[in-house]
Amino acid sequence: MADTPLIDVQNVSKFFGSVIALSDVSMTVNAGEVLCLLGDNGAGKSTLIKTLAGVHQPSKGEFFVDGKKVLFNSPRDALDHGIATVYQDLAMVPLMSVTRNFFMGREPTKGRGLLKRFDVQFANRVAMEEMARIGIDVRDPTQAVGTMSGGERQCVAIARAVYFGAKVLILDEPTSALGVKQASVVLRYIAQARARNLGVIFITHNVHHAYPVGDKFTILNRGRTLGTFHKRDTSREQVLEMMAGGKELDQLGSELEEFARVDKAAAGGQHTGLEATAAAEAALAQAMKSETEKVHSGH
Amino acid sequence: MVDSTVSLKTQDERLRKTPLIRKLLSRPELGAVAGAIVILLFFALVAGDTMFSARGIARFLESSALLGILAIPVALLMIGGQFDLSVGSMIAAAGAVMGILASVVGLPMWLSILVAFGFAAVVGYANGLIVHRSGLPSFIVTLAGLFILRGITLGFTRLITGRTQISGLRDLAEGDWLASLFSGDLFPGLFIWMAEVGIIAQRADGAPSVPGVPVAIVWWLIIGVAATWLLLRTEFGNWIFAVGGDQNAARNVGVPVQRVKIILFIMTAAGATLYAVLTVLDAGSADTNRGLLKEFEAIIAAVIGGCLLTGGYGSAIGAMFGALIFGVVQEGIFFTGIDTDWFKAFVGLMLLIAVLFNNYVRKRVTESR
Repeated sequence: MADTPLIDVQNVSKFFGSVIALSDVSMTVNAGEVLCLLGDNGAGKSTLIKTLAGVHQPSKGEFFVDGKKVLFNSPRDALDHGIATVYQDLAMVPLMSVTRNFFMGREPTKGRGLLKRFDVQFANRVAMEEMARIGIDVRDPTQAVGTMSGGERQCVAIARAVYFGAKVLILDEPTSALGVKQASVVLRYIAQARARNLGVIFITHNVHHAYPVGDKFTILNRGRTLGTFHKRDTSREQVLEMMAGGKELDQLGSELEEFARVDKAAAGGQHTGLEATAAAEAALAQAMKSETEKVHSGH
Repeated sequence: MVDSTVSLKTQDERLRKTPLIRKLLSRPELGAVAGAIVILLFFALVAGDTMFSARGIARFLESSALLGILAIPVALLMIGGQFDLSVGSMIAAAGAVMGILASVVGLPMWLSILVAFGFAAVVGYANGLIVHRSGLPSFIVTLAGLFILRGITLGFTRLITGRTQISGLRDLAEGDWLASLFSGDLFPGLFIWMAEVGIIAQRADGAPSVPGVPVAIVWWLIIGVAATWLLLRTEFGNWIFAVGGDQNAARNVGVPVQRVKIILFIMTAAGATLYAVLTVLDAGSADTNRGLLKEFEAIIAAVIGGCLLTGGYGSAIGAMFGALIFGVVQEGIFFTGIDTDWFKAFVGLMLLIAVLFNNYVRKRVTESR
């Protein structure tokens, strides 16, 4: 692993008028590492990533990329430094085709002068290939993105960022709107990105999505970090505990167990919902492991 | 991972062979092309031979061409998610700039024309900058522009010339190299020959009934082809779709949104100026009343051509055919014997049908097929 972190955020604060959105936040991301940024709604996750992505400028604090101090004035600046953000709203235009979305803002061209043109054939081929690499088979690259499912759109957005040489991927709640199966596609892709030595910042409020893929967990609460924890030092329960709402979830858990017990008694030993979730997670972890190996062996 | 890329070469078995008609249905210009065919057939049956004589055809094509020159840039702007209501006033303003410079100031015609285009660039730039920076709807900003430009044109023209018309421009344009690009007819030899062989009618003095292809038609075709190329085959075209489809998404992936908007507004103003130059040189005079309501006609042609009012979808070819429909109906209704009073009702009805149809097409495109 590299000595200098890909991204090094030091004591960043962000104020909107009298509102303190971020206060003294520090964190680092290395190559080949997934940092999970956890926190409840309003914890400052979005503000932090918008600051990293160049949408906002920090009010205080410093920000290093590859050891060099940077100040982003626009999202374009951040992109030029290899920091690609996949937003919740995906930065996709539903009326445009997969290809046109994939290359939006960075169209491949051929020819010179007046004949300089958008290389549509090349773009179509690359879009198909890149999507195939992450296991999504695009039937027709000219189909409008509006016709695709949420998980597929998410993957187009991530594949686009990776294709354009992102060193750091910032994923803003990529799994929150997805079903279990679609979420696992995205999570598997995160593991793949890590195996390709990218740094990933994965924002979520779902510990069950974060824990299987994350290496480090930074927990935000009301604009402050509660610290960064390595996976080897923490258990899923501890992470959950530290997030706001940990208590509430505990309570919910015990309530669900109570329901489960009642259900079990009634149905006579069928799989409960909780067991099913655990089984799904185990399968996911297994899939992720094999994916990582596959990518390693492929290189 | 490797084998999946290989399988791409072969036809995907889930890709149902789409019938041609379904494929055509998802093209934005379908409505306008089909509509143009229907309208032409209708007038061919009802209006009779006078309309489809060489003279009649040249007449409705020239009328369509002028509107098309205006409507094609307006269509690009609408795909970019904006409106420009100031193009009608811009026609009068550009005509006045050109006329005053040539006849009062005494500049050569070519320089007057270039200054008029420069003026258009300034107006377009201002429109785009104000719309982008303020975040106000372009509808309101350019509505203000509609009145400001018309008022300034009227005020200045009367102040300088004492009248609202500037005439005598035809003589000043005589022999001017730039003006010759915007006036007259093309291929006169061909038309004399066609008249001699009897393909087209001859006038009493032996001259062909149509002296040649009006130059406006050529500009219409050039602009239509260039705009289609720009839209579908250049990176700027992709930016237009992106800005109109979702401005935030476009900005987040690095599309220069402000630049795209400003260039589009400059294009509409330049289209209006080309319209002005063509009509001024044709009539030999500039008039502060010229271009009244043309902004709406241009928007109607663009919408008939498949542009959505919400942006992100549409076509330049569609706008060409939208203008053709408009021109055919405008000129043709006279030949049908129907009172021309009904023309506006007909236009409104066409607009309504076009909007309903576009709405249906958009749903088909964005929802799964």
